[in-house]
Amino acid sequence: MKHTITIKAGGSEKDYWKDLWLNRQLLWILSKRDISVRYKQTLLGLAWSVLRPLMTMGIMVFVFSLVAKLEGDPGIPYPLMVLSGITIWTFFSNTFTQISSSILINSNLVSKVYFPRLLMPLSSVAVGFVDFLITFVIFLVFTVVSGYGLSWNIIFVPAFVILTFFISLGFGLFFAVLNVRFRDIGQLIPFIVQVGFYICPIAYTSRLVEGQWFESIYKLNPIVGIIDGFRWCLLGDKAYFDPQSLISTTILSLITLVLSIVYFRKKENTFVDHI
Amino acid sequence: MSVIVAENISKKYIIDHQRKSGTPSLRDVVSDTLGKVFPGKNKQDDFAEKEEFWALKDVSFRIEQGDRIGIVGHNGAGKSTLLKILSRITEPSTGQIKINGRIASLLEVGTGFHPELTGRENIFLNGAILGMSKTEIKQSFDAIVDFAGVEKFLDTPVKRYSSGMYVRLGFAIAAHLNPEILIVDEVLAVGDTEFQKKSLGKMRDVSESGRTLIFVSHNLTAIQALCNKSFYFEKGRLVDQGDTTHIVTNYLSQVSHKSLEKHWDDINHAPGNDQVRIKSFKVVPEFQDNLSHIDVRTPIDFRFEFWNMEEGANLNLSLHLYTFTGECIFNVGTQSESFGKGLVTGTCHIPGNFLNDGSYVVSMMIVKDTSTVLYNMEEALVFDIEDYRENVTWYGKWPGYIRPQLNFSIRQTEHLVND
Repeated sequence: MKHTITIKAGGSEKDYWKDLWLNRQLLWILSKRDISVRYKQTLLGLAWSVLRPLMTMGIMVFVFSLVAKLEGDPGIPYPLMVLSGITIWTFFSNTFTQISSSILINSNLVSKVYFPRLLMPLSSVAVGFVDFLITFVIFLVFTVVSGYGLSWNIIFVPAFVILTFFISLGFGLFFAVLNVRFRDIGQLIPFIVQVGFYICPIAYTSRLVEGQWFESIYKLNPIVGIIDGFRWCLLGDKAYFDPQSLISTTILSLITLVLSIVYFRKKENTFVDHI
Repeated sequence: MSVIVAENISKKYIIDHQRKSGTPSLRDVVSDTLGKVFPGKNKQDDFAEKEEFWALKDVSFRIEQGDRIGIVGHNGAGKSTLLKILSRITEPSTGQIKINGRIASLLEVGTGFHPELTGRENIFLNGAILGMSKTEIKQSFDAIVDFAGVEKFLDTPVKRYSSGMYVRLGFAIAAHLNPEILIVDEVLAVGDTEFQKKSLGKMRDVSESGRTLIFVSHNLTAIQALCNKSFYFEKGRLVDQGDTTHIVTNYLSQVSHKSLEKHWDDINHAPGNDQVRIKSFKVVPEFQDNLSHIDVRTPIDFRFEFWNMEEGANLNLSLHLYTFTGECIFNVGTQSESFGKGLVTGTCHIPGNFLNDGSYVVSMMIVKDTSTVLYNMEEALVFDIEDYRENVTWYGKWPGYIRPQLNFSIRQTEHLVND
């Protein structure tokens, strides 16, 4: 018979990536499930995906622009700066959060059926990605309506989206594994996201950090380069962007990704014993 | 041709004894169960921080193509662990298994059903989770809907389904899998009579088409109806394998001699106190028809002996019968009588065809002056009653704590005349 498998301790290595590929339909179906379940039994439904970023932006503008009198990059309207930051940050924080809890959320599957476990974190990204697309369109509409105009740099957006995905996957996988064993992680993640919101240049520009003594530490955060770069794509050269930071961001995210995949693979067969 | 060859499979769990809170860990489950069966036995373990627990130990077997294998054994014998390893949900600690052929396992009905999604969406979701391709699901879609009988509710979220519909849909999807090897765990015990018949028939079809079936169940009647060979597991070991009839008989005779008797010969070490001490307490089945195990037909006597140490004490005896999960089925007591010093004996008779199948726990209480409990022997005996049915084509768990045969008759009182 053509289909032969061998089960032994640590023996699922050989066909793993093939299995993952064979199960791509399942990946698609799990993603579709998450998306279609998202707004079931809500009054506003999909409108929430539009309302949330707009409301966040409104509050940011009120607090930081009107009350705290913070200014963005010269020549860029503050609301646009905030909205662009929120767009990419929300994509990161959503996917990161969802990946981190993906194993626990699907624990009924983990204990009852086999498929490469990597499918769960991968499929959990779908919802965040749809939200991102919606916010992105809102941003485009906003920019055009406000008369600011779009930059040609926009063609680089996919690169930054992919980089963001890599980073969220890199960190998310790591937390997903820990979360299975230690439920403390579930408590920690909202906190990380909250802190991240302030230490990343979302409501302000990285220009303010330039020349400060903590600049080099600040830029170690891989999200900083991404947010700056994403803004530069959308709002053009007036936005602050240090291409140098992209190098460390890329290296750091790739290393994290590889390490966390190795870690995930090493632990995935023990998930069921801890759920 | 061998489709599954297992060599020296073992599965080890580390039981962490320090864990005190949170979700019940394996350790809690294991020690709770042990504590019920062997009270006081695992006390010194509390000091150990970690302990190894072998859910499976050195299990080897071969399964040929077209075999229908039944797996029997007590709770905790390793049946579920084996299924989990075969389904690749967990890895063995040592040993290896070679599997030739596409394998599908059904450890639960409706795995991954999402309550908010409709029946239609869930068919695709569940099918994909069980390893069917979209094309395969589309091909069997109508058959699945038809088998489950949910046409009218296809576009209703499954959270609005009755539990019967939910289970039927789940089984229907699984039944239309086309694996070369099918693993099924205790799913027959659901659904109504008609559906049970359908699903059992479906499983028979699977095996008759030359595919291999591995079936775990506590329901020996279903195993006998379905499987040609069986494995008998005990404490993580495969203790016997072979022809189903032989294995089932063997298993049943083992089951029935579990903890049917307790006795103490030395009055000074017998449980009790200054007023009464227990000499013996046992379950005595009246086996009929050369049976060597207790089934629902078997009459049972509870026999007890105790020493009374107080002259002229007014004593009566009270028995509590509990299910294994702790619900009290009944409490019976004797009349209160005055006894002199010495041995007192008695018998309580439970007729056949009265209790349902299951595991039972008996507690015995000696009461003075109908109000003061002198001594209470909790969980004194544990025994199992096996299922037995005649002329019934339904194999689900018989509902209820008791299963009495009552005078219950039906007759025709009028004929409709067609003209």
